Amino acid sequence: MAQFGFENDIHSILKLDMPITNAPIARWQRKASSSNASALNGLSPGKSANVSLSSSKTPSKTPGKNKKVTPSKMGGDRFIPTRNSKQMDVASFLLTKENEPVDAINPTVTSESQKAWSMSLNGYNLEDAKILHLGGKPLNAPEGYQNNLKVLYSQGATPASVKKTRYISSTPDRILDAPELRNDFYLNLLDWSSRNVLAVALHNSVYLLDAAQGDVTLLMKLEHEQDYICSLSWTREGTYLAIGTSDCNIQLWDVYSHKRLRSMASHTSRVASLSWNDHVLSSGSRSGHIHHHDVRVADHHIFTLSGHSQEVCGLKWSPDGRYLASGGNDNMVHVWPRVQEGTASQSVRSWSEHQGAVKALAWCPWQPNILASGGGTSDRHIRIWNVNSGSCISSLDTQSQISSLVFAPNYKELVSAHGYAHNNVVIWKYPALTRVAELNGHEDRVLSLLLSPDCSTVATVAGDETIRLWKSFEMDPVKKAKERLVKSTSGVIHQSIR
Amino acid sequence: MTSTLKGITLKGSAELVAEFFSFGINSILYQRGIYPPETFTRVTHYDMTLQLTTDPKLKNYLTNVVSQLKEWLFECTVQKFVLVITCLETNEVLERWQFDIECDKSAKEISAPREKSIKTIQDEIRSVIRQVTATVTFLPLLETPCAFDLLVYTDKDLMVPDKWEESGPQIIDQSEEVRLRSFTTSIHKVNSMVAYKRTDSA
Repeated sequence: MAQFGFENDIHSILKLDMPITNAPIARWQRKASSSNASALNGLSPGKSANVSLSSSKTPSKTPGKNKKVTPSKMGGDRFIPTRNSKQMDVASFLLTKENEPVDAINPTVTSESQKAWSMSLNGYNLEDAKILHLGGKPLNAPEGYQNNLKVLYSQGATPASVKKTRYISSTPDRILDAPELRNDFYLNLLDWSSRNVLAVALHNSVYLLDAAQGDVTLLMKLEHEQDYICSLSWTREGTYLAIGTSDCNIQLWDVYSHKRLRSMASHTSRVASLSWNDHVLSSGSRSGHIHHHDVRVADHHIFTLSGHSQEVCGLKWSPDGRYLASGGNDNMVHVWPRVQEGTASQSVRSWSEHQGAVKALAWCPWQPNILASGGGTSDRHIRIWNVNSGSCISSLDTQSQISSLVFAPNYKELVSAHGYAHNNVVIWKYPALTRVAELNGHEDRVLSLLLSPDCSTVATVAGDETIRLWKSFEMDPVKKAKERLVKSTSGVIHQSIR
Repeated sequence: MTSTLKGITLKGSAELVAEFFSFGINSILYQRGIYPPETFTRVTHYDMTLQLTTDPKLKNYLTNVVSQLKEWLFECTVQKFVLVITCLETNEVLERWQFDIECDKSAKEISAPREKSIKTIQDEIRSVIRQVTATVTFLPLLETPCAFDLLVYTDKDLMVPDKWEESGPQIIDQSEEVRLRSFTTSIHKVNSMVAYKRTDSA
C-alpha cells in the first residue's frame, strides 16, 4: 500500500501545479490529532520509529509489543515515504543507538577473551602485572669462551625427550605345535629361508611353514621309521633345502617342485650340522669330520676338515664366505678358511676356552670377522671373538646352557637361546652385552633360535614340542621409512653409474 | 639476638628472599656454564659451598637488580622473578628459570613477627639450591655461547624506576618444564620451576 502512496506522491510532485493531495499530514496537524498517544509514547526510539504513524493507523498495537522488533527493522531510513523532516533525527538517533548495546556487551566479552588470550600466549595476564628488566644487558662471557660442561654429557638428548617407541612383548607372537620333535641338544632342526619359509624337522619328516601365510606343508618323510632327521639348511636363495639324516646321508630337495634332487653319502655317522656357502655345502657329523660337498658335480665330496674329536654340532659360514666356523662336543671352536681343492687345510683359529659343547655360533652381519660362540651346560659363557687377531673380545657368564646365538641387526643386538637352567631367550645389547629383555615361556630347553629374513622376528623351537615366534625387533616406522629412502636413493646412484 | 631467631618480619623476609635470589642466580650462572668457572669464587653460606662471581661488572649488575628486588619484596609488589638464558647468536630462549613469589600482603599492616625460625627457612632454601645444582644432570647442554636476562613481574600500578624497562615474557617455544622445590618465609613463598627447550633427537 505504501508504495502506491509513494507513486502518487511522485506524480503529484511532478505535476507541481496541483496541490499535493496525498502529502503527509503537517506536523502541527498530527500533533494535534494524536496528542494523547504521542504524549504517552513520546519519541522514545527504544519503542518504535513508526510510533507516530502506527499509533494513528493501528491503535491496537501496543507499544510493548513493538519493543521486541529488532532495531534494524524499525529503522525508518529504508522506508522513504516516511522520511519526513521529523523522522530524520529519530533515524539518526536510532542509527547511533543501534551500535550501543553491542558496545555495552562487548567490553566484558573482550576483556575476558583478552585475559584468556594473554594467559595462554604470555603465561600471565597483561592487566595484572608488568614485566620489567634492568636496562642494558649484563656483560657477556669473554670472547672464545666455550662451555666446558660438555665433559659431563655423554649424550645430547635429555631422558624426557627421547621417544621410546620400541616395545618388546613378553609373550610370543605365535605358538605352533611341534609333535614328535627330537629333544636332542646336538641337532639343528629348524631353519628359516630368505623366502620367509620356516623348515622344521619332526622326527623323520620335514614340514614347511610359510611364515607370511601360515600354511603348513609336508615336504618329505624318511622311509625307515627308526631313522630321524638331524639337520636342516636352506640355500641363500631359499629354493633348496639340505637335510642331514641319522643314516649318514645328506638329501637335497627342491622345495618348490617337491622333488629330491640328490642324496649324498660320505659320512660315517649322523649329520648334525649343515651350512651353505654358494654351491658348497659343508656338513659336520658325529665322527668329528666336516665335509665340503660341491653339489654341482657328481663327485660331490671335495674336502674333509678334521679338527674335532667329537660330534660337530655348530657350523656356520661367515656372511662374506671367507671363513667357516665350527663348534663341537669336544668344547673346541675352529675357524677354517675357504679351501681350494687339493690343498691341505689347517684351521685359521682354534679356541679351547669353552668348557662345554659349542653349538651356538653366530657371525656378526655388520662387523666383519666378529664371531660369537656359546657354550653348553658346563660352560654357559657367551664369547665374542675377533677372527683377524684371534683374541677374545668379551665373554659373559649367562648362568644357563646356550643352544643358539643370533645377531639381530635392527637394534644391533645379540639374541641367545638357553636350555638348562632358565629355558628362555635373552636379548643382549651388542657390544655392551647388557641385558635388554628376556623372553620366557618355553617349558623345556630351547633347542634352536632363528632370525626371520626381515630381521623382525625370532623363532625358537624347544623340548616342550612348541615353536614360538617372537616379534621383538620390529623397526620404528619412522626409522624404517628413512632407511627405505636411503636404500632407494642409493639404488638410483647404482643405476646411474651403470 | 634471641628475638630475631624466634620470628621473622617483613623486612627480614624480603632480605632473606633477596639473598636467596643473589645466591640462586650465581649458582645457575655457574652450573649452566654461562660464565667461565674461573671467574667464580667459593663462599660458604647456608652451610654449603656456593659459587659467587668475581667479575666486577657482573657483580655490579646483580647487586643493582637484587637491591631493587629487595625493595619490591618489601613492598610486596613482586609476582615473579625470571632468569632467562638466551642463545647469543640467534637470541632464542633456551632456558627459563622461573620463581613465582606469593606475598602475604597482610604483613605490611601487621608488623608483628611471624613464628618461623631462620634456621628452618635456610634449610628450605638450601634444598632449593641443591636442586638447582642437581638439574645439570637432566638439562640439555648449552652448546652455544649464551647470555642471560633477569625479568621481574610486578604489580601493574608500580612506578617504573630509572633504568628499568618493560619487557616481553620471553617464553620458550616447545618447552619441557620441571618443577623444583619451594620455600616459604611465611611472608614470601617462592615456587621454583625450570623450563628448557625440548631437543628432538630421535
